[in-house]
Amino acid sequence: MNWFRFASPASFYPLAARLTPWFGGAAAVFAAAGLYLGLIAAPTDAQQGESYRIIFVHVATAWMSMFIYLVMAFWCAMSLMFNARLAAMMAQALAPTGALFTALALITGALWGKPTWGTYWAWDARMTSELILLFLYFGYMALRQAIDEPRRADRASALLALVGAVNVPIIYFSVKWWNTLHQGASVSLTSAPTMAAVMLAGMLLMALAAWFYSIAIALTRVRAIILERERHAGWAGEVALAAKAAR
Amino acid sequence: MSIAEFFSMGGYGFYVWGSYAACALAIAAEIVLVRARLSAARRVAGGREPSQ
Repeated sequence: MNWFRFASPASFYPLAARLTPWFGGAAAVFAAAGLYLGLIAAPTDAQQGESYRIIFVHVATAWMSMFIYLVMAFWCAMSLMFNARLAAMMAQALAPTGALFTALALITGALWGKPTWGTYWAWDARMTSELILLFLYFGYMALRQAIDEPRRADRASALLALVGAVNVPIIYFSVKWWNTLHQGASVSLTSAPTMAAVMLAGMLLMALAAWFYSIAIALTRVRAIILERERHAGWAGEVALAAKAAR
Repeated sequence: MSIAEFFSMGGYGFYVWGSYAACALAIAAEIVLVRARLSAARRVAGGREPSQ
């Protein structure tokens, strides 16, 4: 199988359309299981009572906010190195979802901070660097919008995204490098988790759900972007007419 | 655990349900917007509507 065939928007479009329902379905199944474990099966926390249940959405959205940025930066690097249109379109399709998860991480964090620390917001390193991540997503999208010619917009915004990638390790290690109000990592690859197995399972299921959701939504958005940008090519009209006939 | 207890979340209902509602609303809105964007792009590419 020649995988490079799919680097062309025209052949990637139908592949994305075929894959989307599978990723969307997986997201729904993992979310249902994660919500059951998180809201019903997991016991009350000894210190925080029920308020800790915010962890199941907070950690999933916060992980995705950073992970999507790294994937976006990867596609930006690919688009710069190989001058590949589809790679730039993938980055463009990921940015709004990344911004959404960043905003949700900040909102759920604020709603958890109030009952736990007594404040919705503090200018500590973790929260401030996560807020900067939100502005990086906004900056990337605004720069794209500001440049009319798509290929120039690809190059300029890719550069911005790559420079901004330095913020991601800062967010991740902020709780180690600085004395933050935010707690340290609950899950790490080098040590045993500091929470009950059922809580950990619920958290990982929600993270997987967010992961599959992001793939499904980005594949759908990239199809819209492909049609928007390639509408003058003959195949784009054919795809649109075929979709119309199928309905 | 009763239904009322479940919704009160030990007095933290506003914070817990507020977090889950924010996520649910944001994701629902994104799905609606992205689907609308795709069907609009299909209409334009199909030549039924002029681009711009």
